[in-house]
Amino acid sequence: MWSLSNISSAIHNWLNQTFNPTWAMIIEMFIAGIAVIGLFALLGLVLVLMERRVAAWMQIRLGPNRVGPFGLLQSAADTVKLLVKEGMTPNGADKFLFNLAPFIAMMVAMLLMAPIAFAKDFQLWNLNIGVLYVTAVSSIMVVSILMAGWASNNKYSLMGAMRSGAQIVSYELSAGLSILTIVVFTGSLNIADIINAQSNGWWIFKGHIPVLISFVIFIVAVTAETNRAPFDLAEAESELTAGFHTEYSGMKFALFFLAEYINVFIVCAIGATLFLGGWMPFHIGHWKAFNQVMDYIPTSIWFFGKTFFLIFVIMWFRWTFPRLRIDQLLNLEWKYLLPISMFNLLLATAIAILGWHF
Amino acid sequence: MFRETEILKTGSQILPIKQNLEGAGDFVINVGPQHPATHGVLHLVITLNGETIKKVEPHLGYIHRSIEKMCERLNFRQFIYVTSRMDYLSAHINNHACAMCVEKGMQLEVPDRAQVIRVIMDELTRIASHELWWGAMAMDIGAFTPFFHAFREREKINEIMEETCGARLTMNYYVPGGLMADLHPNFQKKVKEFITLFKLKIDEYDELVTGNIIFINRMKGVGILSKEDAVSYGCSGPAARGSSVSNDIRKLYPYAVYDKVQFDEILETGCDSLARYMVRIREMKQSIHIIEQLIDNIPEGEFQAKTKAVLKLPKGEFYSRVETARGELGVYIVSEGATTPYRIKFRSPGFSNLSALDKMARGSKLGDLVAMMGTLDLVIPDIDR
Repeated sequence: MWSLSNISSAIHNWLNQTFNPTWAMIIEMFIAGIAVIGLFALLGLVLVLMERRVAAWMQIRLGPNRVGPFGLLQSAADTVKLLVKEGMTPNGADKFLFNLAPFIAMMVAMLLMAPIAFAKDFQLWNLNIGVLYVTAVSSIMVVSILMAGWASNNKYSLMGAMRSGAQIVSYELSAGLSILTIVVFTGSLNIADIINAQSNGWWIFKGHIPVLISFVIFIVAVTAETNRAPFDLAEAESELTAGFHTEYSGMKFALFFLAEYINVFIVCAIGATLFLGGWMPFHIGHWKAFNQVMDYIPTSIWFFGKTFFLIFVIMWFRWTFPRLRIDQLLNLEWKYLLPISMFNLLLATAIAILGWHF
Repeated sequence: MFRETEILKTGSQILPIKQNLEGAGDFVINVGPQHPATHGVLHLVITLNGETIKKVEPHLGYIHRSIEKMCERLNFRQFIYVTSRMDYLSAHINNHACAMCVEKGMQLEVPDRAQVIRVIMDELTRIASHELWWGAMAMDIGAFTPFFHAFREREKINEIMEETCGARLTMNYYVPGGLMADLHPNFQKKVKEFITLFKLKIDEYDELVTGNIIFINRMKGVGILSKEDAVSYGCSGPAARGSSVSNDIRKLYPYAVYDKVQFDEILETGCDSLARYMVRIREMKQSIHIIEQLIDNIPEGEFQAKTKAVLKLPKGEFYSRVETARGELGVYIVSEGATTPYRIKFRSPGFSNLSALDKMARGSKLGDLVAMMGTLDLVIPDIDR
């Protein structure tokens, strides 16, 4: 009864019995869309609150704890504030692109949710090139940032956007190459297949050193791709005031803000899926009783637990490290991460061909 | 950039850029007067080539409050309190310079007790100021957490100050001839507690920031200020000592009881941001060392010399200098024999240190400019007065 796939298939069956198949499909699409928007909003609220609590915990202060129990309603209150605020458009800005940019950012974040397996057999779109889809769609994010920076007609925004462009385009390479390591081991781009291949152990345990290396590179690269500190050069509060979204206010700003958090969630979900087994429970060899207890925990909890652990790690980075300089950032990618991940991919391929992995 | 071209339009004709106007094709950004990195209302006009800085031009005057003129209207007891508002992070030390200058003119003997307490207070202020600098410095280069850790320890100093002086930022504790009031009975106990605590925490600072690889890469080899430049720009304090210019007023022209305590003048030879950073970190340890020597040896006796109700400085010129947390503060008083100074002039450390910024920043990246400003430890009301 805890399985999300049972619920979804029950709804599917009921709809198909009640309506003809075309209508059933249209209604299902609506339900899925609403679910994605709902999840988007909910995750935004949860992650913003989580970030603030984690930051407070690391900074020896309390964090939001006044609105609602344990400050749970704080982000809801903030959202209401942002909704009723005036969304200003500067006079000199390119009005169309300026207003379009936050929607593209949000749209990309929503599109990325499609191939993610939130629980066992619970996936919006089980497409056979899931991993490729994720890397391709996440590249569109840079368009919205460049658009926002260029259309704002603000020099700070422009610099933030240009930095962000250079940064995201570079780091996509090593993020992609580290993802490829897993694709090489699994032999499939399908996310469901990748998860199923980890039923006898997660790739991070099975894949020897190459997977460990690519996991580390993946975490570093996605931190840079989502513009999170220590790679938050696009925003760089102390240098560029707020970077590409300096001119944005009200809900338009909130959309960028939410999109950033959703992107963090998505890259962590991808990381959890590829390296930590997605919704697969934690199993240890022949410990039958232990494995059964682990199986009893719902798969969605496994997935969200792993994802939130990775999100916590990324937040931990943000509140510990100073920011890199732009040339150091690009040096790190082009001189270290990219050669390492290329070599690592060769190593992984050799291991996969020789069958040395578990 | 693309919008500048429109500004240059004259009538319907667009001027050919770069031929008619010098620097017309440059990318100029205004950092400040409202900007998170300037820690106040400093206005920097920065000419950029991509991310590389071609020129930095500081514009001052946004927080000019005519403190020198104000001081000229107040009498010799009153004007000291205005100076707390100059470099508000080393209020005690500013007051010390002014009180010393008046004492020099009046030829007042300051009791030993007052002298020792002044040095302890000065050093506590120096630690508090460096703490805040450390937090702000880390925030400038993108690490937020150290700011809160720094404030945790700074709060203890503020509590000590609050008990004895009644204020936390602008203490107004020094008067010509000694101190405003005697120490609070808890003072020694609390300072000792603070010393024990701080010795633990200073290592934590090194773990969190100083040892960080990103931090070292950001600081090392950027913002080079050679020894010659440091001297010619009149830099003082940690900004100059990072370029191995020996200029600690406490050593060179000892005042109060600085000649009776043991401490080292910190010199670093790196000439870069990291050297200036390390000077301050090591200076905090020296300050603790000074306080440790004095805290158990505060002599008994008067805390204030007997003075007349109305002070009159004899006709003449008087100068005194102290080492604030930012460098050398000079106070120059011209007296005509009246109850108020005829002319007063402050030589503030921040002003000279800021002038070296252009020299340091040229050719480096925009992100490094912020780090350089951090290592200069600018307090804008000190620069503008």
